Amino acid sequence: MNDASNSKPMGQLGLQRLRRLPLNATILAPLLALIILFVLSSLASEYFFDARNISNVLRQVSYTGIIAIGMTFVIIAGGIDLSVGSMVALVGVLLLYVVNAIADPLQGVLLGMLAALVAGSLFGLFNGLLVTRGRMAAFVVTLASMSIFRSLALYLTDAGEVTTPNPLFSEIGGGYVLGLPIPVWTFFGLAAIAHVLLFHTPFGRHVCAVGANPQVARYAGIRVERVVLSTFVIAGICVGLSAIMLSSRLNSVSPSDAGYFYELDDIAAVVIGGTALSGGRGSVWGTVIGALILGIINNMLNLTGVSPYLQGLVKGAVILLAVLLQYRRTG
Amino acid sequence: MSHPVLRLEGIGKAFGPVTVLENIAFDLAPGEVVGILGENGAGKSTLLKIVSGVYTPSAGRVILDGQTFSALDPITARRHGVAMIPQEFNLVSTLRVYENVFLGQELRRGALLDRARMRQRTREVLHSLAVELDPDLPIERLSVAERQMVEVARVLVHDARIVILDEPTTVLTDREVAVLFDVIRALVAKGVAVLFISHKLKEIRQLCDRLLILRDGQQIELCPAGELSEEEMACKMVGRELSQLFPDKRGTPGEAALRVRDLGVAGLLHDIDFTLHRGEVLGLAGLVGSGRTEIAETIMGLRRKSTGKIEVDGKPLAIDSPRAAHAHGLAYLSEDRQGKGLVLPFNVMENITALSLPRYVRGLIRHRAERRCAEAYQQRLAIKAARLSEPVQLLSGGNQQKVYLAKLLDIDPEVLILDEPTRGIDIATKQQIYRLIRSLAEQGKAVMVISSELEEIIGLCDRVLVIREGRIAAELDYEEINERDIMLYAAGARQRGQAGAEVH
Repeated sequence: MNDASNSKPMGQLGLQRLRRLPLNATILAPLLALIILFVLSSLASEYFFDARNISNVLRQVSYTGIIAIGMTFVIIAGGIDLSVGSMVALVGVLLLYVVNAIADPLQGVLLGMLAALVAGSLFGLFNGLLVTRGRMAAFVVTLASMSIFRSLALYLTDAGEVTTPNPLFSEIGGGYVLGLPIPVWTFFGLAAIAHVLLFHTPFGRHVCAVGANPQVARYAGIRVERVVLSTFVIAGICVGLSAIMLSSRLNSVSPSDAGYFYELDDIAAVVIGGTALSGGRGSVWGTVIGALILGIINNMLNLTGVSPYLQGLVKGAVILLAVLLQYRRTG
Repeated sequence: MSHPVLRLEGIGKAFGPVTVLENIAFDLAPGEVVGILGENGAGKSTLLKIVSGVYTPSAGRVILDGQTFSALDPITARRHGVAMIPQEFNLVSTLRVYENVFLGQELRRGALLDRARMRQRTREVLHSLAVELDPDLPIERLSVAERQMVEVARVLVHDARIVILDEPTTVLTDREVAVLFDVIRALVAKGVAVLFISHKLKEIRQLCDRLLILRDGQQIELCPAGELSEEEMACKMVGRELSQLFPDKRGTPGEAALRVRDLGVAGLLHDIDFTLHRGEVLGLAGLVGSGRTEIAETIMGLRRKSTGKIEVDGKPLAIDSPRAAHAHGLAYLSEDRQGKGLVLPFNVMENITALSLPRYVRGLIRHRAERRCAEAYQQRLAIKAARLSEPVQLLSGGNQQKVYLAKLLDIDPEVLILDEPTRGIDIATKQQIYRLIRSLAEQGKAVMVISSELEEIIGLCDRVLVIREGRIAAELDYEEINERDIMLYAAGARQRGQAGAEVH
């Protein structure tokens, strides 16, 4: 019985090469959905394919998309982060305080950006420590910190909008490089880095292992707590980046509106992108596609004049459809 | 013979072009125990799934209770008295015993639950099986054996006439197996027919009236159990002369590789003191729960020790994490392959390199090197996987175990601690694993094998430590290893005095 079935491996070189591409079933479905949506949108509205519109859609997507990439790591490792939206507001407020506190415009912008990234990672660390050391469920911890961050942002600003007279600041979020807005470059660049981190480094492998089965990971000598902690810090850094892009684009931060409901859009993007909410497996490009799908749907509904009150319904339907398809594939 | 409760006629099953069962035909009489034997992949579970209605046969008929079915579904099978006790129990661990027994078929009085009657019925059924278990205990407080009894009680409450037991003894100690067998005999006395699957030939001979041997989906033998010796059964399963199951021992132990001195874990282990030599296979025998796994986990830094020292190659080490243990050349195969050993959704490659990953990293992971390594192990250990990129959860138990072993071997450890290395594995794979273990010892590695199968301890090990209640109850050297003594020490019927003299 043993010897019969162990013949030589078949020469399926072509197939093997195909398999090496980062295209697998998990990412193929959302990609297909994106393409269909793209075609439908260009048919539905003549303005859709307009370069300005496309660039606008991409920019809109990038604010949530950047965070969704961080969220992908958290979810693959078996966690969730509900606090990202509030964190955007708080980090944005702190960022503008630093920008305004420094007289030299260039220094102000640079130090402000640094401050945003540091603040984001510290808030992520806060969440992560409570989850790992505090042994609390990520859902509960981030539900609480969601409330805390938003409240702090409102308190610091007395619920008023913060603006900046710094002339350089708006160049970040509003600027263009090679015809594309800087936030869009940031989004895609970050996605490329995150993809490498997830699929080509031991850290990424460990994130997946921890999410699939923390016990197995522990027995394999993986520092489970450290991995989980890192995913929250990554999410925090992504929030920092997003806050920089968003506040500089608007040249202001509203503590009550900034990042409002981002956490839901981010989780939706991750799920539509084929990452299982139960953790263990996922893909960064899937999340990018998920974020694009949500953005294009929004845009299409706007262009075709559908009531804004119905947009949530469409978004919800897409999420359900995505998850339904996922279960078909795995079950 | 009375009217059969189950008759299979020309049953066949194919998945696409692959035929997994062909022309199976037999009768099952009330009160009869039929043992089903076969290697992994021989078609045992497919046959069971056909009987319990999970699969539809592609040929033949199932006759239950005189009613003919060409296709069964689980609900119909259940209604006709077919009940399966799976390997992985389907119990809700937060609910109580009686709640589980009646789960889904709760007794009611009006709209409300009739707890009193359910408790009473549960107690009666357990009593009829001679099992004393409080119906109010939550499942999570029960031992594995007790959980199995709850499964049996559940089956009985629902008036099963055909009970299918899929490898029920792999998770039990010898004493618990004896209890289970008494329970099965009690079932049989009530006229229940039993289909019993096990890899342990001795058990089959003890318990079964008749045998059905499958090989590659074919019915090889159907005969009274007494007609075949264990060797003959094994030969018919494998289809060739099975050469000696255990490799020759070659006991010339080298220098000490691992020294454990006065190791203690509060409330669990006391005065564990032994030396493991290079070139040696040391067995750790004892009952389940005696502390064998805890010894391994403490050595590996998975549990905090309260006393004692661990030396590797003569150097005292402070191992406080599995990571540190791996770095010092120690590797541990857990008894819980799926819960602690393998990342099930990971593929074969990713699992094999789970410990050795840093070796495949030059800046980034070199996926090609990883693949080459996996291919090498696939060949060396004869791992049967359609593709290396396949999740290991799709592999059979035996192949999963080989992947797990490859994972350890890939860090090239000097000391291997193997906890139940052949649990739930067919005999041909067992033989391969035994040979692998011996060849590792011959290469100068130090190997410790924890096993609940006495046969394995006796056949494989050069030296045996018997563990009882967290202490080393006895050390048996090469010539002293025998079943009787191990059992006596393990059960505490015999104790060794301070000067090594036996005290009864």
